[in-house]
Amino acid sequence: MATAVAEDDALWAAVADPTRRRVLDALLEHGEASTTTLAEELPVTRQAVAKHLVVLDRVGLVAGRRRGREVRYAVRAERLDDAAEAMARVAQQWDRRLARIKRLAESVQAEAGTDFQHRQGD
Amino acid sequence: MAADSVEREILIEASPEVVWGVITEPEQISRWFSDEAELEGRAGADGALTWRPGGRGGDRDSDMVVPIRVVDAEPFRRFSFRWNHPRGARPDENNSALVEFSLIEEADGTRLRVVESGIDAVTDDEQGRARYLDEHGQGWERHLGELLDYVASTPRQATR
Repeated sequence: MATAVAEDDALWAAVADPTRRRVLDALLEHGEASTTTLAEELPVTRQAVAKHLVVLDRVGLVAGRRRGREVRYAVRAERLDDAAEAMARVAQQWDRRLARIKRLAESVQAEAGTDFQHRQGD
Repeated sequence: MAADSVEREILIEASPEVVWGVITEPEQISRWFSDEAELEGRAGADGALTWRPGGRGGDRDSDMVVPIRVVDAEPFRRFSFRWNHPRGARPDENNSALVEFSLIEEADGTRLRVVESGIDAVTDDEQGRARYLDEHGQGWERHLGELLDYVASTPRQATR
């Protein structure tokens, strides 16, 4: 069973590639597009687009639907929301660390018995 | 600022000397960053940060040891290091991320600013990605923010 971390990791990897982000962008713009359409719009080959779509499909960011002879892809918005949520969660990490640094430093300062404000007034 | 960088800051009611100690001394680093830290606060020093199962890193199965090298250490003002390079490798802009702390003395204390850049360089390897997922993300907020703006402006039925 995949852990939540492993899943997030795959999502992360999927959106970490600039071309894949452009593919997602293009899909969001079109609502739905085939590999050929995407390749016409992006500065990459059809094969490259197909490869990126496989990666995005694997993590569930896009889904393909057969329309006649071609497969049309669309972004799965709910999955994108998941990704954003995961990112928003990790975005707090530096803030948490800085908050810990603040707490530590202020307690060290207090223990040293020299209130910073007073020190300034020396 | 590069697309793959993160910048955060906080105002601390303590002197730059005290803040400096907290961000550069191993016994202090292990109280806000990794579970364990081997590090000397001088330029060029190599060290390691360790996250333990059940520790700050969350639900890991085994220790995660991350190489770190101090790039610049100007007491009470600037402290920077590269990290996440492959163990044994010489860290550079292609294989590691750069973390730069700056300490600015203000009337009410010290403004501590941190900029992390080069995140893309370390997200190629799986371990790096795993930790970056845990530890980073500001840069991504922006990328995903753009995508989400699209989502918000795109009828949802297109995806159903």
